[in-house]
Amino acid sequence: MISRVFRVTVVLAGLSLLLTACGTANSPSAPAAGGSGLAADLLGAGASFPALLYQEWIGEYTSQVEPGVTINYQSIGSGGGIEQFIGQQTDFGASDAFLSDEDLAAARSARGCDPVHIPTVFGAVSVGYNLDGVDSLVLDGPTLAGIFLGDITSWNNPAIAASNEGVALPDEPIVVAHRSDGSGTTNIFTTYLSSVSEAWANGPGAGKEIEWPAKNSVGGEKNDGVASQIQQNPGSIGYLELAYAIETGIPVADIINSDGHAIAPTLEATAAAADGIAIPDDLRFNILGVGGQGYPIAGATWLLAWTCGYDDNVGDALKDWITWDLTRGDSVAEELLYSPLSSSLQAKALAQVDLINSNG
Amino acid sequence: MLMGNTMPALDRGQRPSGRHVTRNKKSSADRWFKWILGLAGAGVLIVLAAMLVSTAVDAWPVFKREGWQFVTSSIWDPGTSRTEITGSYGALAFIVGTLATSGIALAIAVPLAVGSALYLTHAAPRWLRKPLTYTIELLAAVPSVVYGLWGLLFFVPVFLRPVMDLVAGSLGRFVPFLAPPVVTYNYFAAGVVLSIMILPIITAISREVMSKTPQSEIAAAYGLGATRWEMMRFVVLPRARPGIIGATMLGLGRALGETIAVAMLIGGSKQIADSIFLGGQSMAGIIAVTFQEAAPENVKALIGVGVVLFIITLIVNVMARLIVRLTGGRLLGDASV
Repeated sequence: MISRVFRVTVVLAGLSLLLTACGTANSPSAPAAGGSGLAADLLGAGASFPALLYQEWIGEYTSQVEPGVTINYQSIGSGGGIEQFIGQQTDFGASDAFLSDEDLAAARSARGCDPVHIPTVFGAVSVGYNLDGVDSLVLDGPTLAGIFLGDITSWNNPAIAASNEGVALPDEPIVVAHRSDGSGTTNIFTTYLSSVSEAWANGPGAGKEIEWPAKNSVGGEKNDGVASQIQQNPGSIGYLELAYAIETGIPVADIINSDGHAIAPTLEATAAAADGIAIPDDLRFNILGVGGQGYPIAGATWLLAWTCGYDDNVGDALKDWITWDLTRGDSVAEELLYSPLSSSLQAKALAQVDLINSNG
Repeated sequence: MLMGNTMPALDRGQRPSGRHVTRNKKSSADRWFKWILGLAGAGVLIVLAAMLVSTAVDAWPVFKREGWQFVTSSIWDPGTSRTEITGSYGALAFIVGTLATSGIALAIAVPLAVGSALYLTHAAPRWLRKPLTYTIELLAAVPSVVYGLWGLLFFVPVFLRPVMDLVAGSLGRFVPFLAPPVVTYNYFAAGVVLSIMILPIITAISREVMSKTPQSEIAAAYGLGATRWEMMRFVVLPRARPGIIGATMLGLGRALGETIAVAMLIGGSKQIADSIFLGGQSMAGIIAVTFQEAAPENVKALIGVGVVLFIITLIVNVMARLIVRLTGGRLLGDASV
């Protein structure tokens, strides 16, 4: 008897707990709890390079700013992100490369209105190397292109020595490490090489995945794959996102920019890179011809959204979230080693945010 | 008891009609059963054909544009178009990568597997046979991504790299495809780890086949004064040979299709290296690694690589069967299960 009474009490207590739990779970959606009452479920997919940052932004925004909004971002890669965005399977896309004219035309005919490009942060592509006894290295653009073309095959080549006076460069063969998967990082790096070397532009060219001409070349999947290729192969040189170079402690080369300054890849130098760049109105731009104190191998990553066709609550939530990212998300970005937009570019990006859903 | 008493009588009394009825029922059930079995058998063929046809259709624009270049060129420079084919797609480097790693894997795994199967069946002390068998079969239960990681972080850089440097520095001076320079992840590294992965399946089947060697023949060999080695050489091995070849084919099938471990260790370069100590890429590897960022035309080309991989697997299997038939003996010989 006692045990039965006890059991009933326990069940009742459990039920009441459950009810109060439901009660408290319901209350935050009321405007009083902090948010402005936005309620929507957003779905996005795309680039893996900014995925870490977007997850942080989403976490902070949906938990502390607008609890009524849920955002699901799937890091499936820029290619897939663009496909799903144009195919209307997602509310927003994310890509490390802006839409090509062909993609843009396909997007227009799919939705009946323009997509907008909203740059969120910059990333720098650093050139890491593994060379016994050498802990500082300076390279200019044409020499870098020569190495990746396979024209410069030994570390003591005069072209490398010219910008590294006083460094004892060994007579060691160069092993070139590149990404084996398609990647926005490769796109930024090869776009830069194309801009500084005629031979590169007419040969391998720029793209997310290209044909690597150097004979002693090795590939690694993603940034950590390239990092381990560099670490495992003496005499190797490869490109990887700045954050990975900092995390793995791989030594990186200073790159000579268009003003002749040798610049080490840092967050500040990346931010400076975008300062002197002419940016078109639709915000589809590459960062090339960097001078001043800017690091020359850098690129932006974009969010993609539509100018029409959202339900009001979805469109409002999307605008509010991206605005929050651009205006309040800088410190998180810097913590995670992404370089935030300059204030002038931020204003232009916010103008694009205003266009979201503006055609109804 | 009651049933026991009545049943025989009943049975006897109704035998003619009863038998007739049951046979009719039985044959209709048989027919249904036959149909269902037939469907199951045909299902495999239908799925296979559907796969081949639909992938070939998807990849057709690329095949049409590249023609034989698709398998004879090694320039793989993907384009980014959604509607046209603008890139260059030549998969030869990946075909070479797949065949090279599988060849290296077989060259290492088959002697090792046959040796350990012989040891397990005819040389090991009885108490050791079971645990050793289990241990080898346990190797098959390790996921391939774990093999890849182990190779990537420990086995290849720590253990294999010095060996490769040594071989390239000594033998490499005379044998072109062993020549330096050496990069850490390469055809050979992928092949060695692959050989460990296909070892259990080859060992398990070889062991099973060898254990079926008739005792009388073994006794006869000993009776004629054969040593233990001669007994294995002239009794066990010839009887087990078709089974060993069958096992090798199964291992080769796994090696050709293995994706992640090879992609992690083969070096990820898109060129045809002239030494087994340089990096390359396999067919399954290029699909797995580049699929995510591929533009629509690139996806078509990757599907095309899948079709070619399928055809190559088919050719290799048919060739193996032909070899077995020509050298006399069924794929799984009479000593097999």
